[in-house]
Amino acid sequence: MQDLIATIVTISVLLGGVLGAVSYLIYVERKISAFMQDRIGPNRVGPIGLFQPIADGLKFILKEDVIPANVDKTLYLLAPCLSALTTMLALAVVPFGPVESMPEILRPWLRFIISPNIDIGILFVFAVGSLAVYGIILGGWASNNKYSMLGSLRASAQVVSYEIPLGMSVVGIALLAGTLNLEKIMAIQTDGGFWGWNVWTQPLACLIFFTAALAESNRLPFDLVECEQELVGGFHTEYSAMKFALFFLGEYTHVITISFLTVILFFGGWQFPWIADPAGSLSVAWLLKLGVLLTKVLLVILFIMLIRWTIPRFRFDQLMGLAWKVLIPLATANVVAVMFVLQFGWNRYWLFAISAALFSIAGLISVSATHAELTHGRRRIRPRAASETSGHGHAHAH
Amino acid sequence: MPIDAKDVTWVEEPKIGFWEATFLPAIVEGLRTTVGHVTNYQPVTEQYPEEKPELPLHYRGVHRLNRDEQGRVKCVACMMCATACPANCIEITAEKAPPEWPDRDKFPMEFILDELRCIYCGMCEEACPCDAIELTHLYDMTGSSRAEMTFNKEKMLAIFDATKDSGKDPIRTRRGKLSGTSEIVELATLGPATSVVAEDRSAKQATAGVIKGTAVMETAWENVADKIENKKA
Repeated sequence: MQDLIATIVTISVLLGGVLGAVSYLIYVERKISAFMQDRIGPNRVGPIGLFQPIADGLKFILKEDVIPANVDKTLYLLAPCLSALTTMLALAVVPFGPVESMPEILRPWLRFIISPNIDIGILFVFAVGSLAVYGIILGGWASNNKYSMLGSLRASAQVVSYEIPLGMSVVGIALLAGTLNLEKIMAIQTDGGFWGWNVWTQPLACLIFFTAALAESNRLPFDLVECEQELVGGFHTEYSAMKFALFFLGEYTHVITISFLTVILFFGGWQFPWIADPAGSLSVAWLLKLGVLLTKVLLVILFIMLIRWTIPRFRFDQLMGLAWKVLIPLATANVVAVMFVLQFGWNRYWLFAISAALFSIAGLISVSATHAELTHGRRRIRPRAASETSGHGHAHAH
Repeated sequence: MPIDAKDVTWVEEPKIGFWEATFLPAIVEGLRTTVGHVTNYQPVTEQYPEEKPELPLHYRGVHRLNRDEQGRVKCVACMMCATACPANCIEITAEKAPPEWPDRDKFPMEFILDELRCIYCGMCEEACPCDAIELTHLYDMTGSSRAEMTFNKEKMLAIFDATKDSGKDPIRTRRGKLSGTSEIVELATLGPATSVVAEDRSAKQATAGVIKGTAVMETAWENVADKIENKKA
């Protein structure tokens, strides 16, 4: 009974926090993109525009809910719900605080994770997150709009292709930690101190995971499926008001989830030297650890937003080429490297050098491929007159 | 015509290096630009309506009818602006000038300008020989009905009284010097706008723009040619 109450309280705290964070993340994104573009951003509603998300929420609720004539009603209404539901469900196994150092007074009422001790933690997150592609497919199909359908097909191809490197990049972490349990992975990193963060032993996996996760949530530079310049709105063209808001909510919740996962899997969770160490004995140590974790997540989210407003978007063939030709081979090579290190008992920090070497090899292959492509095309165009003039030059020199 | 091989310059794409092929330096450079904008924050936004924009002096807003130093309207109802207007939005009703205005022949009894039809091109201002009609810097005059935005003479004279000291509406033309509303009666002779070869028939005219080509023009030219020759001599 006590457990049930604690679960319900934790669910409400997390959901309330995430939904509030989503609306204010939209505000933060608008402000940051405005600062980057020498504008001001929302500043009329409330001081420096802080009530803008409330105004946005009211607008979405009060707007007329249009359902076009020939849509498949069930699927049409189901699609945004699926999109929002699956991304929120993935948060069930993600710890959002220091799980083991909960203070006594709060322990019966609140936990820092909704469902503790799930041994298949990461697998659950990926499995549930993969269901999000159904929301996109149904959204495009049910809209009775050719272009939405095409947009959703491209979106589903993209999402499915990037799930492979997403999963494979985590295999290395799972092998090193020996478990898929997110709490245990975080515990191993926090016990290891600053140099125990997984980013030092798996930098390549971090890069692959981050890139694949960005592509999974249809964020720039991978947002070809929902950009305004190319398609009107892609799979969410025909959606208005609250249904559109649910799609948006799903996307931002996905961003929050992948930020949490990046921090927990690679950047040491709540550990930070001198501020939040596992041996800390302050009575408010749990608060510091919570603060460090949330700050790291916020920094990752800010970085995702910076990337969005900095880099031009990928073309669809470049996108698929990146997934299949670059990320999957690199992720495979990373797993093989981890297996070598574990089998032969080498020091784990060799993985840093091996990852750098793999990255360089990939870069060299890409350079030579680009070079070959350029010179192959050029050879047919250059006329033979060039050799004649150089021949004349040689004759004159003699 | 085939191009000689030695006249062709071959331009090669710069070779992509190892680091550039990974695209990471480009990303870092891009992030440096955007983060630089965030940290070195200089917004160019104007907070309208609290901050009004700085308009250039040649801005074309709503029209006004100028008064001269005696307070009379400068317009002599010559209809040049109505003729020049591409949108046909000016209607003038001329009237004989009152006897106490000896230097005026006509004046506009009614001068109706439909500001909603107007395209704010400034042709009326350029055509006016009296510096009478001008476009001011006022861009935000609104009305609550279409009739309200059809300005008559009194309204435009009222705009003159309101904006004559604004400093943002300088007199842009000096054609008032050509009309009966000023003291100058003669203008210096204008030459042709472009350099013309001496044998060209357009170089032999007294006034630019009159080209003798037809028989009628030939006769007319002979009639005035010696008069002009005498004057030059």
